[in-house]
Amino acid sequence: MNNIAAKALENFEKITAKKMPLIEPLSKGHRACQGCGEVLAMRLAAKAVGEGLIAVSATGCMEIISSPYPQTAWECPWIHVAFENAAAVASGVEAGRKALIRKGRIKDDGAKVVAFAGDGATADIGLQALSGAMERGHDMTYICLDNEAYMNTGIQRSSSTPYGAMTTTTPPGKKSKGQVTWKKNMPMIIAAHNVPYVATASPAWHLDLMNKVKKAVTVPGPAYVHIYAPCPTGWRCAPEQALQTAKQVVECRMFPLYEVIDGRFVLTKDIKKPISIEEYFKAQRRFRHLKQEDFEYIQKRVDWDYERLLALVKATNPEPAE
Amino acid sequence: MGQRVGLEVSLACSEAAKLANVDVIAAYPITPQTHIVEHLSELVADGDLDAEFVPVESEHTAMSACVGSSAAGARTFTSTASQGLALMHEILFIASALRLPIVMAVANRSLSGPISIWNDHSDIMAERDIGWIQYFAENGQEVLDLTLAAFKIAEDKRVLLPVAVNLDGFVLTHVIEPIEMPDQSEVDAYLPSFEPQQKLDIAHPISMGMVGMPEVYTEAKKACLDALEKSYSVIREHWDGFAKQFGRQYKPIESYKTEGADVLFVTMGSLGETCMTAVDEMRAQGLKVGQVRIRMWRPFPADDFMAAIKGAKSLVVMDRALQPGAVSGPVATELKSLLYDKGQSIFVSNFVIGLGGRDVTRADFANMAKKTMEAQSAGKEIACEMWGVKE
Repeated sequence: MNNIAAKALENFEKITAKKMPLIEPLSKGHRACQGCGEVLAMRLAAKAVGEGLIAVSATGCMEIISSPYPQTAWECPWIHVAFENAAAVASGVEAGRKALIRKGRIKDDGAKVVAFAGDGATADIGLQALSGAMERGHDMTYICLDNEAYMNTGIQRSSSTPYGAMTTTTPPGKKSKGQVTWKKNMPMIIAAHNVPYVATASPAWHLDLMNKVKKAVTVPGPAYVHIYAPCPTGWRCAPEQALQTAKQVVECRMFPLYEVIDGRFVLTKDIKKPISIEEYFKAQRRFRHLKQEDFEYIQKRVDWDYERLLALVKATNPEPAE
Repeated sequence: MGQRVGLEVSLACSEAAKLANVDVIAAYPITPQTHIVEHLSELVADGDLDAEFVPVESEHTAMSACVGSSAAGARTFTSTASQGLALMHEILFIASALRLPIVMAVANRSLSGPISIWNDHSDIMAERDIGWIQYFAENGQEVLDLTLAAFKIAEDKRVLLPVAVNLDGFVLTHVIEPIEMPDQSEVDAYLPSFEPQQKLDIAHPISMGMVGMPEVYTEAKKACLDALEKSYSVIREHWDGFAKQFGRQYKPIESYKTEGADVLFVTMGSLGETCMTAVDEMRAQGLKVGQVRIRMWRPFPADDFMAAIKGAKSLVVMDRALQPGAVSGPVATELKSLLYDKGQSIFVSNFVIGLGGRDVTRADFANMAKKTMEAQSAGKEIACEMWGVKE
């Protein structure tokens, strides 16, 4: 791999608590549920991009709650077209602007095209469009706000729903444990496209999240940020527990925080002493039906995934020669 | 003055997009559209056209990317056919609802199944209600001219709607025809660069594609409908302007030997030229036949059509797509509905012909006219018929 991203990030100026941008491209007054972790993540991401944000939304909760005509929560240019095509639309916006700038018809105002989509719009119905946009090398960022099911339509399972979770289409019953497939690993799928920048983030580490989004829009070419977005409504937990959940999912190693910079894996939050997965599951009624044997099964797979990630970090960060 | 050249019609279509100095082309290859986008790729690769060619992974993305690029204020072109158009289906409605002046050439081809790469109008008829301006070219020159005019019409602030230019797959796309190529200076005089009314611009933020609650959905749809209906006069204005600039006049409905005709063939697309020859032959035999060609399909030019068929005793309506389970094909359904509204009880026969590339000959026209006249004089009803089905 080349070092496109690393080079672009050489003089990266970090967002800190003291240097928190005041801009709110996603303004207050939207209609999200109480305690929504997804809208919080999107607001932080929009702040991190700042003045230049051109937002493209996929159909879903975030689009519905932010744009009931004639009201809009968007202070920045914003477009929504359909469910599965946020990446495609964003790629078109980028191509259009690129041509117009080159032809001298608009000035290069440094705008950043960012697509926002849920996990269904990303891992299921929009996967092809996303793969195409990443592969074609558009200068755009795609942010997946992952609340682990189709929440807007009423909590149906997606391929991003974790093993064992109860959804309205994976109800636990006498013959089922709920979701019986493992969560599709979207960040790894995009990393396999060899784009300059991929990251995972959680709103529990808000500065880390914002800096990852800022890095994503700073690097030239396609970038992908996968953000864990707690949904108290769909996960059957109390609204005030959203951020606690966002913290625990990282601490139990189910959702590790890392970056892939020019193909190099970097662990941004090394969890040396993980909490138990039961601890993470406890507050969420979607996991309440699981038994000890299920915890053991899930734990094994979580360990395996985490070990593999550590191996990738090691393999892509060779020790300097003596 | 332009130059007369021998050119494959697909390439004439690409040259029109080049003369229009498009900013973005997002397209996915599908037979028989391929030559159009291949030539555009070459023009971009050679630096003859300064545009972004976005080689997308599907037609769904092609139309989605076109929506994005048009919303960013770029002059945007694409082309597709058949399954590709069907795959775009969902986004076609949104493109017109967002009032984006995208121009698309549709190389008309049948729909699967069975899979067939050959020509008919099943693809565009399945997209009849997308809210786009839709018209049909009859030959290579029309393809070039109508594609150029499409940008002028689509981008007019009184219109702001996407335009689909239909050209028959293979029968037109793959045929070399003599074509008058206009000079760039003439085109520039006719078609200035695109000045969007609204666009995605950080200096002037707008929200596009918002949620339409029941309180506003009906009104939003009405606004689009009004725009399409009102586009009629703007289309005529820009076709007249085209005639002034380039000397070739286009009308929503074209007539051929309709004077004194009892029987009129109604055709769309390239079939019209075969039909004209058939009309000549039948006229030579003393039969009072003529022809009406529908160029503008959406918005439907009702008054022009009624004026064109004035005095005729029967219509022989050609459909190149099925409308399964309905009383007739899509074109005949449209016309019969119009005739009823106008209180006209003119005799109408309807033949579904030329499906999936089946040849339509001059003899076919003569036989359809004969069948119509016999039924009419016998006072018999004549049902919609799939023509030439082998027993």
